[in-house]
Amino acid sequence: MLKHFQPSLEDHRIAKLAAFAIALHMLEAVVPSPLPGVKPGIANIVTLYVMYQYGFVTAAWVSLLRVLASSLLLGQFLSPGFALSLAGAGLSLASLYAGMHLPKRWFGPVSLSVLAAVAHIAGQLLVVRFWLIPHAGVAYLVPVFAVAALFFGTINGLITAQLLKSKVP
Amino acid sequence: MLTLKSLHKQLLLGDWLVLLLAALLVCLSFLSLWQNAPAAKVQISVADKVYATYSLNQAREIHVRGPLGEAVIQIAKGKARFAKSPCSSQYCVHQGWLSKAGQVAICIPNQISLALVGEAKPYDTLNY
Repeated sequence: MLKHFQPSLEDHRIAKLAAFAIALHMLEAVVPSPLPGVKPGIANIVTLYVMYQYGFVTAAWVSLLRVLASSLLLGQFLSPGFALSLAGAGLSLASLYAGMHLPKRWFGPVSLSVLAAVAHIAGQLLVVRFWLIPHAGVAYLVPVFAVAALFFGTINGLITAQLLKSKVP
Repeated sequence: MLTLKSLHKQLLLGDWLVLLLAALLVCLSFLSLWQNAPAAKVQISVADKVYATYSLNQAREIHVRGPLGEAVIQIAKGKARFAKSPCSSQYCVHQGWLSKAGQVAICIPNQISLALVGEAKPYDTLNY
């Protein structure tokens, strides 16, 4: 049995942060969207904030746990929606990992947020293009998603910057 | 709170650069992927094969068989639409008339799609 398993402080922290991200994700899931797929992605604020406060590994845990648990709660585990979420989160994390190494003097949370948002839609559109709707016409949707990514990426980045400044635990 | 005054303090030089680049990318994607040119032809595909291409100048109705059954595609006045489809969601029908080059209507359940093409199709697909 797992009698001797002692969750570390880090585990507790990941669980708490992931729970918070899941709550935001759920909140967003009930808000109707004019176009399926265009969402503010407020849960990404948590990912970005966590990366700044606790490092990349914790952020990756929080992000992936959020995708997994939210899909279970929404009943779309292993469905196309789950694949979209996972592809988006995966590429987002990859871009954050790359963006982390940018000089901090010039690139703040807003840069990373926009990069992650663009990577997010890129991942989703690739899944759509090569798996769900293998049709060149998907390119028609790209500009709409790009505008949404730029807009929400900027806003989420600004919120993150504000949160990091106010130093809540 | 987030005010306009604090805004420029949070945006570093690199942030502006990223924002500018992203905005440029968005503009480029609009310019290259949304052509406002009127369409000349409609290309009908079943599964992953091109079924037929019709001119939009001539009004007509085309009956196409997909895995679910027969769909009716209507062409009139330089526009094309799904007039009838056996699918349950009816997204393709609700999409209505397509008139511009590059527009598509895709019926996933019945695997039939319409794609409008202009006089000269500039790209098959774009990769970045």
